[in-house]
Amino acid sequence: MAKKMYDTPNLDELEKGEWPSFVTGLKRLAKEKDLMVDLLGQLETSYKTRKGYWKGGTVGVFGYGGGVIPRFTELKDENGQPVYKDAAEFHTLRVMPPPGMHYDTGTLRQFCDIWEKHGSGLIAFHGQSGDIMFQGCSTENVQKAFDEINEMGFDLGGAGPAVRTSMSCVGAARCEQSCYDEAQAHRAVLNTFLDDLHRPSLPYKFKFKFSGCPNDCMNAIQRSDMAVIGTWRDNIRSDEALAKKWFAKHGMDELVNDVVARCPTKTFQVKELKKIKKGEHITSVAVSDTHGVEIDNQDCVRCMHCINVMTGALAPGKDKGASVLVGGKSHLKIGGLMGTVVIPFMKLDTEEQVEKLVDFAQRTIDFFAENALEHERTGEMIERIGLANFLDAMELDVDPAMINSPRMNPYVRTDGWDDEVAKIKAKKQAA
Amino acid sequence: MNAPVQMRKPKETGVPDNKKYLHPLLAKNYGNWKYHDRPRPGVLHHVSHSGDEVWSVRAGTQRQMDVYTIRTLCDIADKFAEGRVRFTIRSNIEFMVSEEKKVAPLIAELEKHGFPVGGTGNSVTMIAHTQGWLHCDIPGTDASGVVKALMDELVDEFKREEMPNRVHLSTSCCEINCGGQADIAIIVQHTKPPVINHDLVANVCERPAVVARCPVAAIRPAMVNGKPSLEIDESKCMCCGACYPPCPPMQINDPENSKLAIWVGGKNSNARGKPTFMKMVASGYPNNAPRWPEVSEAVKNIIRVYKEDARPWERMADWIDRIGWPRFFEKTGLPFTKYLIDDWRGSRYNLNASTHIRF
Ligand code: HEM
Ligand code: SF4
Ligand code: SF4
Ligand code: SF4
Ligand code: SF4
Repeated sequence: MAKKMYDTPNLDELEKGEWPSFVTGLKRLAKEKDLMVDLLGQLETSYKTRKGYWKGGTVGVFGYGGGVIPRFTELKDENGQPVYKDAAEFHTLRVMPPPGMHYDTGTLRQFCDIWEKHGSGLIAFHGQSGDIMFQGCSTENVQKAFDEINEMGFDLGGAGPAVRTSMSCVGAARCEQSCYDEAQAHRAVLNTFLDDLHRPSLPYKFKFKFSGCPNDCMNAIQRSDMAVIGTWRDNIRSDEALAKKWFAKHGMDELVNDVVARCPTKTFQVKELKKIKKGEHITSVAVSDTHGVEIDNQDCVRCMHCINVMTGALAPGKDKGASVLVGGKSHLKIGGLMGTVVIPFMKLDTEEQVEKLVDFAQRTIDFFAENALEHERTGEMIERIGLANFLDAMELDVDPAMINSPRMNPYVRTDGWDDEVAKIKAKKQAA
Repeated sequence: MNAPVQMRKPKETGVPDNKKYLHPLLAKNYGNWKYHDRPRPGVLHHVSHSGDEVWSVRAGTQRQMDVYTIRTLCDIADKFAEGRVRFTIRSNIEFMVSEEKKVAPLIAELEKHGFPVGGTGNSVTMIAHTQGWLHCDIPGTDASGVVKALMDELVDEFKREEMPNRVHLSTSCCEINCGGQADIAIIVQHTKPPVINHDLVANVCERPAVVARCPVAAIRPAMVNGKPSLEIDESKCMCCGACYPPCPPMQINDPENSKLAIWVGGKNSNARGKPTFMKMVASGYPNNAPRWPEVSEAVKNIIRVYKEDARPWERMADWIDRIGWPRFFEKTGLPFTKYLIDDWRGSRYNLNASTHIRF
């Protein structure tokens, strides 16, 4: 039994309504823990004054430089003493999830037992970067909680100027659109950088994210310094039985308005069966006895739309792999940036192929560590030095798939033009 | 004297293998799925090339979960889902079941315990959630409370699939925007420059770091009352709050003047058009804890107009592409003010350099 709870009229309002209430959860925990009684006291104060009362500090576990987010209360009385002393320390442990965020109940229950014993009993599944966030722990108990979580086979995530925790989509485990083994790539890459993850010493944070197809369920292009996004090179596959089933249910209006009209390059057409083209790059499938779909795959940008609408009837090709984009980030400080294609396609079927991705990640991080200014993200660094210089350093060949359009201004010195053309020719001949 | 404490060295195991956590049917059909459909909102039915079928039931959670809630979810998983669950990026929980006949009782059990079932397909799914007053050191508002208040209002749309396309929401309790890009986002927007607590600057701030952090170079080192401090050129400051994390005495949060803004049209996927960033369409909503009714009403209004007006498969961004910004503002009734005209770097790309004008 914990001490008596404070009145929390503001928070009580958040117990109303149908959506599961975190306040109800906090109160349940406060029945047993003074820490949570005081946490509710401070949070209620924030609701009244509309101010936050946490400050950072330094708390960690032995051997690591990051992964714990320290929180000390700043809500003090006139003598400088914490108003809610039992919640004066309320640190978070960031713990990396398994790819795809799958769990068995044994593991979850064990997490609960550990966190009930050493922490507040409040766990977030998951933070926006993907961590399991064990929230609310005293400085003294951080190490104890970590030791037990670590013994279960889980490890701390990133914080500060470090490689950060990563996320991968459900992908191959349960999604027909998956174009590579997201979990394998996720682990191979992240587990190469554990030193950079646990001991922050980069210019700033570096995030990886892994999506199995261009639907990008992990929002990788907008949120990660390196986005690995599944795609394919050959033709969209089709299944006539499922195509006919789809058409029988949805009809011509939907096929035309929802798919044909929405194909971004208009390569998706519906035609009378006898007019459908044949050829190496053509996908075709009948949807009825009279009509069918024709896709010229050379004009398809692998956007996924038709496949999403007619899932199963259409599917990604067989020659699968991934595109890699570099430099995505959120607002601060120069505004949001999306990643830029730097590897239009790479295979990721075998361990050796995945190793190539790891090698590229390694070289990118090395270059970032050496060349980024303090507090500069990869995208900002590339904006400062120019993509061409980055590609050069990464020994990547330039490719028109990397741009929206060639430059629109003449402000460039081109005295190396002939040499570049000669190099490209020589490379072509050697290939 | 105490004996030196032997510290345990961490096992640097990194990202754990997920194979042992997969539902048996997911493990068996890994990389071999053929298609899926949605027999009802909240349920995905996946069919493998092997002929195996699996039903996934998706439910909303409060994300910030107490151990009792987690244990309840575990009990449900043990009873129906072979003891396996997974979480989505938006903190929904999914239970995989191997027989169709378990779906209805599983849904009943979830609903009995207060977990709404939905969030699939063209629904309004759970809001991407940040930290707020509960745990961040720089928040202008709460996160969990905003999410809870808004989801109470949107829960019916979570349980249905009646939107033109999926609707992703996010909230961010400062302009750093941990919540990310979304169809509709609510983000704190400060309206006054930081008030500097000069007594503290000398002690806690690395002044060059703060000066460097300002995107518009509005901060200068200065001596105040004989002590090294900072001053702000208030004519330059655009109130972004970037100086606050490295220097807490730069107090940007203000109960009255920290407002909420609404952004729309962020699209993560490459489907149809390329991914898009969201755009600010309204600001000035009060930070009105505990239930933020003003901003919540505004979001509901945008959702209502989108639902009525957009065509099937149009995400918020696609819809606005078709109808154009003038009609977006007209239909939603939101005032278009001069503050919505971009003047940051690259802003001219956001201006209309054509006579493409809708009347
Ligand atoms: C100063 C205190 C800050 C706190 C307490 C904080 C807190 C958080 C937390 C808890 C998360 C989720 C992390 C997880 O899943 O493990 C997060 C994500 C994020 N943070 Fe922060 N953050 C801070 C500063 C910043 C700054 C300075 C930036 C950017 C300049 C930033 C940008 C982001 C972004 C973009 C995400 C989402 C990441 C993603 O989508 O992967 N944060 N933040
Ligand atoms: S990103 Fe693609 S492969 Fe991954 S879960 Fe989403 S749709 Fe499936
Ligand atoms: S995947 Fe290709 S064919 Fe299908 S809609 Fe997108 S661009 Fe068109
Ligand atoms: S959005 Fe800002 S206030 Fe909210 S959790 Fe992220 S850094 Fe903290
Ligand atoms: S709020 Fe932003 S613009 Fe204003 S001084 Fe701070 S960093 Fe500079």
